[in-house]
Amino acid sequence: MNVLERIEEKLMILADAAKYDVSCSSSGSKRKNTGGIGDASSSGICHTYTEDGRCVSLLKILLTNHCIYDCAFCVSRKSNDVKRAAFTVEEVVDLTMNFYRRNYIEGLFLSSGIFKNADFTMERLLRIVKKLRLEERYNGYIHLKTIPGASEELIQEAGLYVDRMSINLEMPTEAGLKLVAPEKSHDAVRKPLQFVNTKIQTFQNEKKLIKHTPTFVPAGQSTQMVIGATPENDWEIMSVADEFYKKYQLKRVYYSGYIPINNTDTNLPQIGTRPPLIRENRLYQTDWLLRFYNFSLNEILNPAFTQLDLDIDPKLGWALRNLHLFPVDINKADYQTIIRVPGIGRGSAMKIVSARKYGSLREYQLKKMGIAYNRAKHFITCADSVTPLGFKYAPQLKNIILQTGNSKYKQEIAENQLKLF
Amino acid sequence: MNYVFDGSYQGFLCCVFECFEMKEWHAVPVAEGLFQPDIFLPERTIFTDVDKAQRIQNGLKSKFGKLIVDDIYRAFLSEDPVAWQAAYYIMVRLFQGQTDVLENFGDTQVLYFHQTLKKVSRERHRMKAFIRFSKSNDGLYYAIIEPDFNVLPLILSFFRNRYADMPWIIYDVKRKYGFYYDTVAVSEIEIDTTEQKNLQSSSLTIALDERDELFKRLWKQYFKSTNIEARRNIKLHVQHVPKRYWKYLVEKQR
Ligand code: SF4
Repeated sequence: MNVLERIEEKLMILADAAKYDVSCSSSGSKRKNTGGIGDASSSGICHTYTEDGRCVSLLKILLTNHCIYDCAFCVSRKSNDVKRAAFTVEEVVDLTMNFYRRNYIEGLFLSSGIFKNADFTMERLLRIVKKLRLEERYNGYIHLKTIPGASEELIQEAGLYVDRMSINLEMPTEAGLKLVAPEKSHDAVRKPLQFVNTKIQTFQNEKKLIKHTPTFVPAGQSTQMVIGATPENDWEIMSVADEFYKKYQLKRVYYSGYIPINNTDTNLPQIGTRPPLIRENRLYQTDWLLRFYNFSLNEILNPAFTQLDLDIDPKLGWALRNLHLFPVDINKADYQTIIRVPGIGRGSAMKIVSARKYGSLREYQLKKMGIAYNRAKHFITCADSVTPLGFKYAPQLKNIILQTGNSKYKQEIAENQLKLF
Repeated sequence: MNYVFDGSYQGFLCCVFECFEMKEWHAVPVAEGLFQPDIFLPERTIFTDVDKAQRIQNGLKSKFGKLIVDDIYRAFLSEDPVAWQAAYYIMVRLFQGQTDVLENFGDTQVLYFHQTLKKVSRERHRMKAFIRFSKSNDGLYYAIIEPDFNVLPLILSFFRNRYADMPWIIYDVKRKYGFYYDTVAVSEIEIDTTEQKNLQSSSLTIALDERDELFKRLWKQYFKSTNIEARRNIKLHVQHVPKRYWKYLVEKQR
């Protein structure tokens, strides 16, 4: 095999093994080009999309898929019979720089299986990151997945060069994790998250006093949970997410529908089972409502309501459970109330609040403002609304919404979720 | 009254000047090439006068801020006659003293203006994402684009800041002009048709860097390997990467 073929094969193996980490965000950093090449675009850029429709922003690879651990849910687990490969430090740097200069990528997402021990692996990752920053004078985005169990010294040094760090919870609860990866624990995730978060705060405070303080993980931290491999319900999952957002000030929590890759461990869904894509989407929608729509978790999920509806989105679900709060008068309600209306997003809500200063808004105007009118109309009144004839009750309203206009709901279910019913 | 201007941005601004000078509040600007004479409407040719255009531009900037100037320019780059009329309408209202006209989303023209800005901004963002450089054997990185709107001027600073240490060319084949950056400054270039052909069929006059093919191949490999077959969703893929862009995307080639 010649050099080219070998590197092509490595890329094939190590990109394939890295792809189950769904994060590909390149946002949140404002790193400037200081005399070399590259910068970070604060809103992030997707340079292409895979055929599964996911954003490709970063070159996402493992340094190696050799691993001393045997986590049942992971393709790289020790006992799995797969081809193994390892990049050299130089190869990763060369690939990153050449992809970056051709505008294929926003940067590098580097992670690794654990070979020898945590520090040995972490030290190798650190070498790549430093070579990029110091020798190539590269200012593009770097997301580094920290190795559980790596020393704080190494983590701290890496923090000076990377934009984002992450460490994955893997399974939403400790009990779930123990089922499939007895050697792992949530504590091993909490500790580095806590450590890095404290450092981030310290650096930010220093920066307020001394301008030239170096940046430390400027795009913050994230984590990932695998959904559907272990039996946690949506309420448990979102409670963990909610806690981690608050406690460690995470920028993102990712939910990754489990893709079966293991038929030997009977605790896990077997190969051929479809990944729970709708459920994953509902969790993201809930996450969004918590972070940007001012919902609190117990409004959407609570011990009495532990599983999100699959046939409707969580905002609509919440509205149907709270019909006494509707209809909302579009011409009077405040912004916070308007964004809670199903079918109205933040952008349209701003437009509404701004436009109504020039006179009461009518139906034809609302329709043009980019709202899902067919859904929203059941929950609002505007200047020329006719008084509804008798109030509808929730199941009836849900049927009307599912049947008219937005057939999106039904399609989604038909395509992806047949197995569930 | 129709104002027939030469299709340039300066010419467009001169229509606003004319409107105030002549107090013709119902005039409409139309670009020369697109103009279909209408026997019922009088028309006047507006000559492009850089000074007048500058006065309008400065007036907008000093009275209403730089953001508005940028937005008007962006709407102009949409090359959409309806958006031009909306932008013109907004400038006239602004100078007439209706300073908050842009917030009135209930007004069809204003809404259209905002929607156009959104479209232009999306195309601009797409170009930042979808441009693919090839590297020639003398170290020049070059890219061909064919954007929906004339967004090349809007992405220059992005590429200059990011790719500051390498020379590059970005060329719009649809509008037949481009920009060359020599690691110090950016300058506009026009290429004659034969040269343009060579750029497109690549490798004819521009000899590629010996490793360029390799990295193209590796990128295609990466694109394949990072895909998760069990999640396949071509509809979503095409929605994000519409087919008209595939021509220049390395990963979508063969
Ligand atoms: S330690 Fe990481 S790479 Fe190794 S088997 Fe577990 S999840 Fe996979």
